[in-house]
Amino acid sequence: MKRSILILLKTATWVACLWPLGKLAWEAAANTLGPDPTATITFTTGATTLNLLTIGLALTPARKLIPRLGWLVKFRRLAGLFAFFYATLHLTAYVALYAGFSAGAMAADLARRRFIVMGLAGWLLLLPLAATSTRWAIRTLGGKRWNQLHRLVYAAAVCGVIHYWWQVKPGVLTPLTITVLLGLLLAARPVLGWAEHRKMRMRGAAAD
Amino acid sequence: MLIGKPPDIPSSEITSRAAYFRYLSRRRFLKSAAAAGAGALGAGRLAEIFDPATRALAGTKLETVKSPLTTTGETLTSYDDITHYNNFYEFGVDKSEPAKNAGALPARPWSVQVEGHVKRPKTFDIDALMKLRPLEDRVYRHRCVEAWSMVIPWVGYSLAEFIKECEPLSSAKYVQFLSYWDRRVEHWGAEQTSISWPYSEGLRMDEAMHPLALLTFGLYGETLPNQDGAPVRIVVPWKYGFKSAKSIVTVRFVDRQPHTTWNDQASNEYGFYSNVNPHVDHPRWSQKVERRIGLPFWEQRKQTLMFNGYTDQVAYLYQGMDLRKNF
Repeated sequence: MKRSILILLKTATWVACLWPLGKLAWEAAANTLGPDPTATITFTTGATTLNLLTIGLALTPARKLIPRLGWLVKFRRLAGLFAFFYATLHLTAYVALYAGFSAGAMAADLARRRFIVMGLAGWLLLLPLAATSTRWAIRTLGGKRWNQLHRLVYAAAVCGVIHYWWQVKPGVLTPLTITVLLGLLLAARPVLGWAEHRKMRMRGAAAD
Repeated sequence: MLIGKPPDIPSSEITSRAAYFRYLSRRRFLKSAAAAGAGALGAGRLAEIFDPATRALAGTKLETVKSPLTTTGETLTSYDDITHYNNFYEFGVDKSEPAKNAGALPARPWSVQVEGHVKRPKTFDIDALMKLRPLEDRVYRHRCVEAWSMVIPWVGYSLAEFIKECEPLSSAKYVQFLSYWDRRVEHWGAEQTSISWPYSEGLRMDEAMHPLALLTFGLYGETLPNQDGAPVRIVVPWKYGFKSAKSIVTVRFVDRQPHTTWNDQASNEYGFYSNVNPHVDHPRWSQKVERRIGLPFWEQRKQTLMFNGYTDQVAYLYQGMDLRKNF
């Protein structure tokens, strides 16, 4: 891919990823965050985290299905880091606006509320991935170990979706779409792996 | 607040309808101007501004009298927020959906069926029902189980007055309220949830007979907009909002505790009583604090009051009851 096109696409990705935050900031300034601004901020940051995780997890299967899209890998880190960025904003919204910075309130929530535990678990799983997102970290860890570590993103996404289901009222089906999408993307990995394996074996057999 | 104490909101603090509409159109203009400026004027908002049907939901003016049972010392939540932030799952689970979809509700003609343990079953036409007693202005705090709250100037009369007209038998221990349900009209409720409709709620007889329990026909001095439960709903201000059934078609007097919709969904989360209680947490969040609707995000957090601040009036109903067990 030409360098100029890559720069253009990267810029567009930055703008797209910052858009939800910009919109929140604009609406906060204009006082149009809706009747329950706390809920709007929390929902938007949480939903954006899951959306970005989903987009990030779609890149590898897309590359494998369509080899011409190999360049998509250059956007994986950006999607992952922005997912972590929004997860951190989401956590901050909880700490500030719901818990009111009260350690007691947070401890009580963690002791009693599984959706809070699940959400925190998701964020903690993303933390080492964000911390090892530099070239230096990849070199130091070695590609294989880095890859193994970064499989934690699957667990983080599952935590995020469970967190969502446990937060909505029983009988409400809003988390269904993102659950199906993430489920398909996670299931695509063993399926594509198996297909690749078979292709290689067939090639091996043909060469005999 | 004590029963009998006159309302101490100075009349200057109560927004007049004209001033309110000026405010509303100004706010709408600013909102749309801001949105247009950002190049993102949504179709929904456009429809709200230009479609007369959406505006027709605003209702007609009601003849009302003052009530000593009104709550004082609170700032009213805006009409815009009360009518655009609704939990009315039959018209969609997102809080902005009922305002868009509830136009489909056929609020006229309407009648309320009274049945069960009564002298004889009766049907009340909505217009007759509204004339049964003088309509009172009653400001109440409204606390949702989801930990947000509003202050709403309802219009209605005590449910007890209506129950007297129903002539329940002494065997009637509870009263059940069923909301309007038509799958063709309210398809959102069928598509977006796995709830078994119609919406059912209920009160113990002595709770239903408490003068604060309100048979409600309006808000801000006008008939209820559909999304707020037109043409008639219940308001029980010391309980979480979901206990206050909307758009009532059936009132059934029963001898045992009726099934109630949210209790059916998750009995560990939504008890039959569901009195506002900061000491009993919802399994998934604390009930100690609430978010007041319509304030900026740094001012929303408020301490939740026992019985939503109506302890002096209603605590006697639950004397000797373990409110942790009977949550």
